[in-house]
Amino acid sequence: MSAPPESCASRDGYGRALLRIAEDPRVVVLEADLGKSTKSCLFRSEYPERTVSLGIAEQNMMLVAAGMASSGKIPFASTFAIFTERAFEQIRNGIARPGLPVHICGSHGGIHTGSDGSSAQAIEDLAIYRTIPGMTVIHPCDDISAEELTIQLVEMGGPSYMRTARNKTMRQYDYENMEHLRIGRGSVLREGSDVAILACGVMVEMALNAASDLSDEGIESTVVDMHTIKPLDNQLIDRLSERCGCLVTAEDHITFGGLGGAVAEWLSLNRPTPLEMVGVADRFGESGGTDDLMEAVGLTPTGISNAAKRSISRRNAVS
Amino acid sequence: MRLSLDELTEMARKCRKDIVRMTNAAGSGHPGGSLSAIDLMVALYGTNLSFRVDEPEWEDRDRFILSKGHASPAMYAVLHQMGILAESDIMSFRKLGSICQGHVDMRWTAGVDFSGGSLGMGMSFGLGCAIAAKMDGSNRLVWVMVGDGETQEGQVWEAAMAASHHNATNLKVIIDRNGIQNDSFIDAQMEIGDIAAKFSSFGWDVKEVDGHDLASVVGVIDWAANTQERPVAIVANTIKGKGVSFMENNPAFHGKAPTDEELGLALEELA
Repeated sequence: MSAPPESCASRDGYGRALLRIAEDPRVVVLEADLGKSTKSCLFRSEYPERTVSLGIAEQNMMLVAAGMASSGKIPFASTFAIFTERAFEQIRNGIARPGLPVHICGSHGGIHTGSDGSSAQAIEDLAIYRTIPGMTVIHPCDDISAEELTIQLVEMGGPSYMRTARNKTMRQYDYENMEHLRIGRGSVLREGSDVAILACGVMVEMALNAASDLSDEGIESTVVDMHTIKPLDNQLIDRLSERCGCLVTAEDHITFGGLGGAVAEWLSLNRPTPLEMVGVADRFGESGGTDDLMEAVGLTPTGISNAAKRSISRRNAVS
Repeated sequence: MRLSLDELTEMARKCRKDIVRMTNAAGSGHPGGSLSAIDLMVALYGTNLSFRVDEPEWEDRDRFILSKGHASPAMYAVLHQMGILAESDIMSFRKLGSICQGHVDMRWTAGVDFSGGSLGMGMSFGLGCAIAAKMDGSNRLVWVMVGDGETQEGQVWEAAMAASHHNATNLKVIIDRNGIQNDSFIDAQMEIGDIAAKFSSFGWDVKEVDGHDLASVVGVIDWAANTQERPVAIVANTIKGKGVSFMENNPAFHGKAPTDEELGLALEELA
């Protein structure tokens, strides 16, 4: 197929995926007023008869999706990441507990969202959905992987949450190079033995930039796109722990309970290994341009490379 | 299968006995709201609801969503009397490993169409079932039972608005208007006012009925099943604990099981 425009946000990939999975008649799309933002509008324009508008009422949307799933449909329900959280208990009790295949997409997640300010910048979504039994949690880094991973959700069975980003990010995948892109499997984008950087979402691009900077200083790093936060690719983490002996996580998310938290839980229980986390500290965001904001909260390539050096130092101090 | 009034009356009596027996055996549960709802559920299952005893998961069955999921004893009693659940199933209610969970749970019980326990969600779920049925070109109906206290949840009104917007003519909601919620009488906790007028103002067809007069209940269920212009709400005026004198209109039995002595008295009254 022809490649989409070069510069896209992961939410664009979600929108394109909905069109590609539309051939499955079970697929339905639910919106809560923000279809133009989440990009479910693409599906609506082609398949209005399978698109359900629920208005500004997220709690109702989640249970309507559950009811449709119980009747054989595969619902994809989207709104802003932050507003999915309004319906957390509906997702927990109404979707996940009966194990219904409802796929929730929260767009505009993270500090990266920018000038709308802290009310829109969900920085806790990955953590809270990860705590729900049986829930798959995904945060792709670009439009191509968001598209592919969304397509894979159709056959997955249980419930899922995917965070997409509002703003454009550099593309890390192309259609000819996606065999290794699988839900639950981290994608190794760069190889190096000194330190492993596990990143998700918009931080993947920064992790690669950090790896390039580190390489200039003679430090070679492995960079992984950990698009799936749950189930976590524990085997890959074990291999990287053995190979590099120290790790860094990078996420546009609070440092509690998200990618960093998940990796820390695994390592501390199974393979104690020096780990540094790059993420949002215990604070809310604020309004501002995306680049300025990311700098202000420390989500930068420099933040990642400094964390990598700290992790390496701790490893060296132990050995 | 369409049961006669006598048969419905007898089934409701047996269901009431099941309700007090299983809550007593469990030592917990919600008899009050089960007893207020049971005539409505027996009338629905005994006349209009399309389902298969030997195939509870039949795809094109009508759906029954017990949004007030704490009235699970009523659900299990009906499924027991219909032959879907065994005596041993209902008497294991609330015990470890039982398919009869404390609140109705579709993941545990064949014949249960919804996982309840958190109020305010069932109408939305039922709307999803109703929209899916229309997409499939099926005539199956979706019945939802909500508690009157439950309508204090805002999500109920999100669903009421959405059902009207989507013209869910196959959605039929029964409100069990027993006037009591967990802590005490509804009017003391949060007055809900003219519930029929509220649904009407949301664009629904509404009728009120005496929820314990089985002939009237069957009549209004028939009306609801055949009304295909708007979503339908039935406001059923009921008595919490109906059928057991010391439970009737008594907030204490919202969420308290009968003791062995109380069980004996109840079974005498239901003999």
